[in-house]
Formats: sequence, C-alpha cells, structure tokens
Amino acid sequence: MTDQTASQIPALELVDVQKSFGAVRAVRGVSFTVAKSSIHGIVGENGAGKSTLMNLVYGFHRADAGEIKVDGTARNITSPDDAIAAGIGMVHQHYMLVEPMTVLENIVLGTAPSGRLANTEREATTKLERLMLETGLSLPLDARVADLEVGARQQVEILKALFRDVQILILDEPTSVLTPHDTERLFDALRRLRDHGRTILVITHKLEEITRLTDRVTVMRQGQVVGDVATSSVDEAKLAEMMVGRPVLLRVEKGPANPGETLLELSGLTGRNFSDVSFHVRRGEIVGIAGVAGNGQSELLHAIAGLLPSAGGLAWKGAQVARRDAAHMRDAGIAHVPEDRQRDGLVQEFAAQDTAILGRHNDPALRRNGLLSRRAVRAHCEDRMRRFDVRPPDPAWPTRGFSGGNQQKLVLAREMECNPDLLLIGQPTRGVDVGAIEFIYARLIDLRDRGGAVLLVSSELDQLVSLADRILVMSGGKLIGELAPEDATDERLGLMMGGVTEKPVAA
Amino acid sequence: METATQILLLVAAAIRLATPLLLAALAGLYAERSGVIDLSLEGKMLAGAFAGAAVASVTGSVWVGALGAILTGIVLSLLHGFATVTHRGNQVVAGMAINIAMAGLIPTVAQAIFALGGQTPQLGPAQRFLNVALGNNALTFFAFLAVPATGWLLYRTGWGLRLRAVGENPYAVDTAGLPVARLRYQALLVNGALAGLAGAYLSMAANAGFSRDMTAGKGYLAIAALIFGRWAPVPTMLACLLFAFADAAQAQLQTVRILPSQFVGALPYILTVLVLALVGKGGGMPKALGIPYVKERGA
Repeated sequence: MTDQTASQIPALELVDVQKSFGAVRAVRGVSFTVAKSSIHGIVGENGAGKSTLMNLVYGFHRADAGEIKVDGTARNITSPDDAIAAGIGMVHQHYMLVEPMTVLENIVLGTAPSGRLANTEREATTKLERLMLETGLSLPLDARVADLEVGARQQVEILKALFRDVQILILDEPTSVLTPHDTERLFDALRRLRDHGRTILVITHKLEEITRLTDRVTVMRQGQVVGDVATSSVDEAKLAEMMVGRPVLLRVEKGPANPGETLLELSGLTGRNFSDVSFHVRRGEIVGIAGVAGNGQSELLHAIAGLLPSAGGLAWKGAQVARRDAAHMRDAGIAHVPEDRQRDGLVQEFAAQDTAILGRHNDPALRRNGLLSRRAVRAHCEDRMRRFDVRPPDPAWPTRGFSGGNQQKLVLAREMECNPDLLLIGQPTRGVDVGAIEFIYARLIDLRDRGGAVLLVSSELDQLVSLADRILVMSGGKLIGELAPEDATDERLGLMMGGVTEKPVAA
Repeated sequence: METATQILLLVAAAIRLATPLLLAALAGLYAERSGVIDLSLEGKMLAGAFAGAAVASVTGSVWVGALGAILTGIVLSLLHGFATVTHRGNQVVAGMAINIAMAGLIPTVAQAIFALGGQTPQLGPAQRFLNVALGNNALTFFAFLAVPATGWLLYRTGWGLRLRAVGENPYAVDTAGLPVARLRYQALLVNGALAGLAGAYLSMAANAGFSRDMTAGKGYLAIAALIFGRWAPVPTMLACLLFAFADAAQAQLQTVRILPSQFVGALPYILTVLVLALVGKGGGMPKALGIPYVKERGA
C-alpha cells in the first residue's frame, strides 16, 4: 500500500463465498479483503480455485453462497455486466478478443450504442489516448488484433477494462505467455495504475512474480484460503510450502553432466520457420534452447520429432535419417512431449488409458492374440498414474475431465516411461504447479543420469539456467549462439534472444 | 441486334432468378455472422412460399400474404434458435430437421386446407407482386437494396459490430457484459423474415400460387452463394447473380438443342460444385460458426 490514509474501507471484500460444480466443491467458504490502491496476489496450485473465485467476482459464474462487497457495499453480481457496473474489470488468461476486428472495435464492443459507430469511435479514441498516457501503454488503435503480438493483445485487454472505468482490475495468469520484456512492461503499467489509485488483483502460480509485484498475497489450497499475508513478510519457499502443504524444493539439485556418445547431430537443418541449424546432443546431457516464442524453436522440435518436414543433415546415432516421419523417429528411441500438450499430445474424448498409449499401441506387452488387451492397457495406465501421481487415478476417466496439470502428467508419463534415448520436450512446466514442477525436474535429471539425453525448449530463462547443461539461443529461425548455464545471465540471454550475435556457433 | 436482345433478356432473367437466392443468402448471412449455421433456408423458403400464397389467397391481399410469409419464416427461425441457442443443439441437425419436416408438412397442410393436390389456388393480380418499374417487382428492388443496407448495418453500427463479434468469439461478447443468446436471437429474427420473403417471391412473384417442392434446392444454392461470397454482402450478391446467370443461360441453351438437355440442365449445379471446390476454405468464415456457446467450467 502506498498511501495508508487513502481509505480504511477495502476496495473488495469477500465473505464466505462458495461455489460447486456438480460434486466438485471448487470454492469452499473463502473470505478475504483487498485494500484500496494496492496490488494483491492470489496464489495456489492448479485446481486450487483461484480462477473460479475470480470468475465469481467478475460474474462469469454465479456464487452458491456468500457476499461480495465493493467499497464496503454488498453487491449482487450475476453477470459481467454487473461486475463492470460495480467497477470490476478482468483480463482473462485466454484473451477475450475478436481477432479480425481492430483494437478500437474490440474496446468499444461492450459500450457502443446500437446505431451509427462513427461518433462513438471518435470519442473513444480521445479517451483511450488519455488512458494510454496515464498507464504508459501504447497501441495502434486501428490495427487488427490478429496482427498484434501476444503482449500487445494483453494491453488491448487492459485498456478494454480501463475504458469501462473500472477501479478494480483482475488479471488471471497475466504472464503465462509473455516474454521477460513484456512482463516488465506489464508490471510497470500495473504499478502506475496502483499509484493512480486503482486496485489490482493478480492470480498466478509463479511465486517469483508475487514477491516482486504484490503488496499482499492470499494463498489458496483446495478451494480454501490457507494464508493471507503481507508480501514483505514471506519468501518464495514459505509461499510454496503454504500452497502445496509441505516443504518444496525450489532449487534444482543435480550433479555435473557426463556426456557420452553423440545421439543426435544436426548439420544445416532447414524447415518451417528455421534454417541452417547445426548442433549435436549427446547421451547424459540436457541441452536447452532459449528464444522468444515464435523464433523457430517449436518448429525445430517438431521437425526432429518427424511432425514437420525438414531438409539438411539429421543424423541419429551416427547414421543419416532418410525417413523423417513421427512413427519412425519414435521407434528409433526419440520421445516427444509437445509444447501445446492439450492440442498435440492428447485426445480429449479418449479415456485416460487410451490417451496413455497413443503412438505406443503397437507395444506387444499391450496385446494378446494380435488385439489390444483392455486389461493390459488398463494395468499400464494404472502403473503410469501411480508413478506420476495423476489424480484422480482412474484409467477410465475421460481425458478432458482431468485438470490441466494432470493432463500434462499423463503425456509426460507416456513419453518418459518408455525409456527414450532422447526426450524432446517443449515448455515442460507451462501450466504446471510448484509441486509438479519439482517432480518433472527430478524426472528429467534422472533420465539424464541414466544415460538418456534431453532437448528442452523453454521460454523461462530460470528453468533453462537451472536444468540445462548447455544453452543454445535461437532468434529469427537461426541458432545465434551457445552459452554455459553459469555464463547465462538474463542480460546476455536477453540480448542474444533479441538477435545480437556474441560469437559464432561451434557446430 | 438479335444477340443484343438475347443478352438483355438473359440479364433480365438472371436478375429475376437471383432475387429469391439473394433474399435467402442474406437471411443466411445474418444467422451465420452471428455464429448459427443455417441449413434450414430451404425449409423456411418452402414454408414461406406456402404461407404467403395461402394467406394472400384467403385474404385477397398481397401485403397480408407477404406478412404471413415473414411470420412463418420467423416462427421457424425461433424454433431453430430454441434448439440451437437455448438448448445448444447441433445446428446442422436442427436445420436439416426443419427442412425434412417442412418438405412433408407443407404439402399435407396445403392438401388439408385447399384440397388441390398440395397446391394453393391460382393467385389473382391483387394477390401477387406485379412489376412496378423497369420490368421488376417490389421484392426484387427490396432484395437488391437490402445488400447495401446489410453492409451498413454490419460494418457501420454498434449492433453490427456486436453481431459480427458474437459470430467470431462469443466469449469476448459475454465478458464484455453483453447477452450472447439475445444477439443470436435478434439475428435469427432477421433471418426468418428474409427467408420467408425469399419463399414468398417464388409463389407470389415468379409464379401465381404455391406448388409442391417449388424451392427445388434454392435454399442450398443460397448457402453455396453465401460461402462463395465469404459471408460478406456484396460478394454474396455477386455469387447469387453468377448462379442465376448460369440458370438463365441454361434455360436459353435448352432451346438451342446442341447439347443433351440433361447436361445443360445440370450446368448451374456443376458450376456451383466447381466454384466451391476452387474457392476452397478461404477466409471469411465466422470462427464460432456452428459451435454452441457454453460457458467453460472454471478451473
């Protein structure tokens, strides 16, 4: 809080708020207050009820019981319209924008009268220019949203809310797809908004952001508040422990790498969005690829996995690979955990046990008399679920019924438990909570120490620095350079990710 | 001289044949830009054609007849909306259900009321749309004026902005505090009225009375024109004119007898298939088209 005398009445107060979806009690009697003109964080694991709670405040869902007070007055919020009228705006994790329309059209969508637009748009432009000045955000109002970068789209969402004169702004996982640079800009804008008297609520599972940005933090676990503290009084380890309910290891503990024979060797590999990429991966090492999203890393991973065509040298265990299709690469011992697991790694309609054998259905252990044995498939899935602590541990449960984090674990279990020589993995912890991150890191290091190799693409620099034994940097579809993790400061990585070459790559 | 007259006749015929297509395609445009697939244009046209002719024949007034056609179209649209917007049913199935139901129901009702083998009585001059200017009737003028009017509504008004938004991303509309279902119902109201009028053109302008199966697939042709026109008013009009021109040319070619008449008769449909195959899945399709709006369960 910057100004203690501003007001003693909280901007927002929740009293015993409850919400169930069928038998699932998502929010179980939550009460807390948010001080005016402050940045308030809400943390918790996946499925702790953070997003549901905020959707209740924003009227997207209706609470079963409890009270929501804005500026000390109880409000009956049953729709986003009510929330906006009460001065509450929300920036959703998945942006709520109409892509073919312009920035301006998206912003006036909710308020424009039914008649002629021209005057409305002129007045809106004046107001938006003032708001941009106040917040330090800047956007081309007549650009189509489809042509904007992710960071800019988020600014559209923020301006859209501010345009409706909201005093309380809720942001749901605002940094999940932002670059470090965009994250900084967002945080600056949020601090300015707070200093101008607005109240900010940030939902996140990134502890580092809580400690950097917020004034106060509410910790949720299993639909309940388990802690509500001033941020200055806690550290990340303490927050993690409150979230998970047990002490969590935040540091990655690993010994030095013992690289062995070369498994994968690329020489001048070219494909969609990347060109002339050369490097090698050896047994017993984790190689990380850093880069701003959209600079060819994802496509490179897909090409190695045989999912996208590629030209140029691709050697596996010393022999050039001619047949580059997914089945062949998989049979050769390359496993792949795709970046967008929900789109590329799962069939949402399948039962978990069927999702768990996708691409591995020819395994003789799953067959009897040439046909899939349901019993073997079920046992196989039960085993994976136990090892990866998937909840609920029910192989017949449909894939879409699992929470995001548990869906990830299903894919990870499928790809890691077949003892691959090389594991390709994109954004290993995107959308995964602290407890699961600890687990995934341990499995990756375990695979390395058993003589496997890991090729890791990540947009989280901390993760690369702590996991990888070597870090390659990509920019504009080219390999820009290589760094040892101990030399990889945020500044150096950031410069290279921006395309500034430091030294030529030793292929 | 001879050829010039022939071409003029061809163009005039194309404009007449394009009118019902255009009304139906615009009807489809309103529904589909709001995110509701409308395969039921055929059924709505058939019902509108019958209702228009029947009401005109009973009341003796062309305008009351047209109103009957409009209201019939709207009733079917609301039925479609109830199934697909309120109850989030499959839009394609609901649309086809309306077509099948109307194909059976309309001749039965016609027979029950008029006992003329599924037809309405012949309509007199006061019960029909007659030519008012330039050899065309009021419905044709209305249809072609509806094109710029639709363009203005869609792209220059707040209502149009919201209508397009709800067809692209209903979540954006909902979170902006606007009612998704109400917007889609509003689009369906316009849709029903236009589809009913498209039918009325067939029975009250192009012909003098309703006969069985008189839509003959025009509702589907209108959908093809809408797709070819990428869900935008002017290109959709041009697509309707193209299909109508092919139809008019086909009718003239039949008299020349160079090619087998069956082949010539199939030309407009072959053209439709070719055009749609060549256009492919190009842009313009509303992204939320065909997807019922369901609020996701919060994580």
